[in-house]
Amino acid sequence: MKGQDDTTRYDIPPEIEGQVAITTLDKIYNWGRRSSVWPMMFGLACCAIEMICTAASRYDFSRFGMEVMRPSPRQADLMLVSGTVTKKMVVQIVRLYNQMPEPKYVVAMGACASGGGPFKEGYNVVPGVDRYLPVDVYIPGCPPTPQALIHGLITLQKKIDTQSIKNVRWYQKTGTETIPVPILGPDIIDPRQMELIKEYTQNKAAQESTESETPAVEKA
Amino acid sequence: MTEQTLVREDALISRFPEWVSADDRKGYEGYIVQSEHLIEVATGLRDEFGYDYLTNLTATDYYPDDFMETVYHLFRSTGGPALVMKVRTSREDASVPSLMPVYPGADLQERETWDLLGVRFEGHPDLRRILLWEGFNGHPLRKDWREPFYEEEGKPFKNRWPDGKVYRIEDKNPFNNNLDYPAGFNPETWVPEKDAALYAGVGLIEKPGETTDMKTDQVVVNLGPQHTSTHGVFRMVVRLDGETIKALKPVMGYLHRNHEKIGERNTFLQNMPFTDRLDYFSSMSNNFGYALAVEKLMGIKPPERAEYLRVMMAEFTRICNHMAAVGFFLNDIGAYFTPLLYALEERELILDIFEAVSGSRMMCNYFRFGGVARDLPDGIYEKIRKLVFDRLPRKIDELDLYLTQNEIIRSRGEGLGVLTPQQAISLSVVGPLLRASGVPYDIRRADPYSIYDRFDFDVAVRYHGDVYDRFLIRIDEMRQSVRILQQAVRDLPEGPIQEGKPQYQVRVPAGEAYGRVEGPKGELGFYVVSNGKPNPWRYHVRAPSFINLTALETMAVGNKVADTVAILGSIDIVLGETDR
Repeated sequence: MKGQDDTTRYDIPPEIEGQVAITTLDKIYNWGRRSSVWPMMFGLACCAIEMICTAASRYDFSRFGMEVMRPSPRQADLMLVSGTVTKKMVVQIVRLYNQMPEPKYVVAMGACASGGGPFKEGYNVVPGVDRYLPVDVYIPGCPPTPQALIHGLITLQKKIDTQSIKNVRWYQKTGTETIPVPILGPDIIDPRQMELIKEYTQNKAAQESTESETPAVEKA
Repeated sequence: MTEQTLVREDALISRFPEWVSADDRKGYEGYIVQSEHLIEVATGLRDEFGYDYLTNLTATDYYPDDFMETVYHLFRSTGGPALVMKVRTSREDASVPSLMPVYPGADLQERETWDLLGVRFEGHPDLRRILLWEGFNGHPLRKDWREPFYEEEGKPFKNRWPDGKVYRIEDKNPFNNNLDYPAGFNPETWVPEKDAALYAGVGLIEKPGETTDMKTDQVVVNLGPQHTSTHGVFRMVVRLDGETIKALKPVMGYLHRNHEKIGERNTFLQNMPFTDRLDYFSSMSNNFGYALAVEKLMGIKPPERAEYLRVMMAEFTRICNHMAAVGFFLNDIGAYFTPLLYALEERELILDIFEAVSGSRMMCNYFRFGGVARDLPDGIYEKIRKLVFDRLPRKIDELDLYLTQNEIIRSRGEGLGVLTPQQAISLSVVGPLLRASGVPYDIRRADPYSIYDRFDFDVAVRYHGDVYDRFLIRIDEMRQSVRILQQAVRDLPEGPIQEGKPQYQVRVPAGEAYGRVEGPKGELGFYVVSNGKPNPWRYHVRAPSFINLTALETMAVGNKVADTVAILGSIDIVLGETDR
C-alpha cells in the first residue's frame, strides 16, 4: 500500500517498511469473508450434480475459498439453491434459511431456482425461490455448467466486496427479520398473505354461489 | 410372436372365462379383469402362469367417458414379454382391491396412484398420499383437475404459436404466484395435518413379539429431507430401540416436479428433454426408454447407425452412473470423497463425449423418434475408441483394486441389508439390486430391445444379496458395458441416423405402449397412451429408484441406524426419478 503520496502523509520507520499495509476496515473485513465462503451442503435436484462436479477435481471451487461445504445450516453462510424448489420442500428451505447465522447469502442456481424453469407450470413447483428468500445472485442455465457456477460465485464475491460494515443488514439495530415459514394447506400458504387469500377464497365462494343460482332462476 | 400371444390369451381366458376378457380396442393389448375378482386372477397368474413379477402399476383417466382404468404390467422373472391387465372403475368412486397380498411390491405404486389419480385401493395397509402432502386439494392427474398456472389443455399454447402474443402466466394469477385455493377456504382456521398419520404408521407402540427383557424407550428419528446421506431431498422416518431400527418409513415427494402432468400437456417430442431430468445421472437411457415407447406406438424403427449410437450412449451412461454410484456409496460409508474424486474424473471424460455429440453435458436430449439428433462430430470417434479400449478398462480395474478388498467396505457391507431372491422378486425390485440377490434378470437379455441381442456380454449376477454384493455388481456391470461398447465401436456402420425426415410434430396413432429399458438403476418404463392427438393422453414413468425403495424397510429393520445410510447408498436412488 506504499505509494508516493502515502510516504508524505504517514511516517513509516525504516525497520517496518514493507511489512505494514494500510487499508480500510471494510476492505479487510470483506476480504476475509469473500475468501472463506462456506456453502451449505444441500442439493435439491439436477443442479446439485453440477455443484458436486464443480467441487470435484476438474473444476475445484476451493481455489476460490469455498471448499468447506457444511451439512448444517448453523455453520454455513451461503445457501446454494441448486434445483427445483417444490411447495413441499420450500417449508424446509425457509426453515434452513432462518437457521443460518448472518451474514448469509442465497444463490439461485439454475433456471428452476431462479424462476421455475421448465417445471414452472407444475402444480407443486414454486416459480423461483425469490418468492420466499432474498436472492443475491441468479445463475442461468439448465443446469448451469461448472464454469457458470464458478462465475456466479465470483459475482457473489464481487458483491461482498461492495458491502460496507456501516450499512449491512446484520449490524442494524433492528436486527434481521425471520422469514415466516409457509404452511402446507390445500395449496402452500404464505403467512404474509393471509388477508389476500381470505379475500380471494371468499370472492370465489360468492361467485360460485351466484353461478349456481343463476341457472336455477332461469329454470324457474 | 402373434401365435404365442394367442395361445396365452386362450389359456388365461379359458382359465377365468367369467372374469377375464381380452382388451380388443385398436392399439391396446392385454386383458380386462373384473374388479371383484382381481385378487383371484392375480393369484392365478402368479402361481399357475408364472407371472411372478409386477413391475408397473398405474391408472388412466378416461374423462369425459366415465371410467378409469388401473393398469398392471406383469412379467415372468425368467424373462419374456409383458402381460397387461386392466381393471375398470367409475371415476366418482374409483376403488380397486389392493394387490399387496399377492405382490407386496405394489405398495408404493398403489399409494402413488391414490395420491395422483384418486384410485382407492381397498385393503392397502397404509394408503396415504406419497408425493404430495395430506390436505392437498384434489388428485392432480385427473383430467378435469387444473393447476393454478393452467393455460390450455395441450401445447403448443395459442399465445406462443402461431399468434405469438406472449404474456407471463403469473400476471393472470391473483397472487402473482403458482397458487390457487378452493372456494371458501379460510387460512386462519386451517390446521395442517402435519405428519400424524405418518408417525402413526411408524408406530410408537411396540408390536407383540418385539419386547425384550430390558425395558427400553423407543424414539422416532427423522433422517432428512436435508441430510447429506440421502442423495438429495429424501426423508426416512425410523423408530429406534437404542440404535436398532424397529420400523422405517420412506417419505418422498420433496422433488415432485409434476413430470407426468406437464408431460400430458406437452407434445410427444417436447417430453424428450423432460425425460433427461428424471434420472439426471443417466439422461441418455431415459431418452432411450421414452423413444422406444413412442416408436412402438408409431411403428417405426431407427436405422442401423442410430441403433449403434443409441447403444453406445446408453452403455456410456451406465458406466457414468455406476462410477458415481460407487463413489457416493463409498462416501456414505466413510471413505469421504477420495474414491468419489477418482470416479468423477472418469465421468467427466464421458460427459465430454456427451457434450460433443449432443451439446450438453448432462441434459443430452439426444434421442429422436426413429433416430438420434446428431451424428458424431469429427474427431470424437477416435476419442471414444481410446476411452473404451484403453482408459476405461484400466480405470475400472484400478477402482476394483483399490476398493474391493478394502477393510471399511467389507466390514460395513458384508451380510448387511440382505434381500433374498424371493423377497426381491415379490417386492418388484429391479436392476443391480435384483441381480445382486441372485436373480439374473436383465431386460437386455430377458426381453431384448434395440440391438442388444447382437452383442456378446454376460448378465452380471451375485448371490449374497447384501450391500457388499451390490457394490461388486456395479463393478461387474461396468466391465460388461465396456465389452458391449468395444463391440459397438468396432461394428459401428456408416449410414443415416434418422428414419425419414426429422419432425417437430410427430403423428402418433391411438393406442397404448409400454417401452422399457434396462437403465443403470433398473427397469425404466414409459407407459404412453395416445388418442391420436398431438399430446399424449397418459404419460407414466415407471421409475426404478422409486420402486426399489419398496424394499428399503425390509432391508433396514433389525440393523443399526448408521447402516441405513449404507443400505440407502447401495440402492442408488436419484430423487429426480423417485419423486418425478
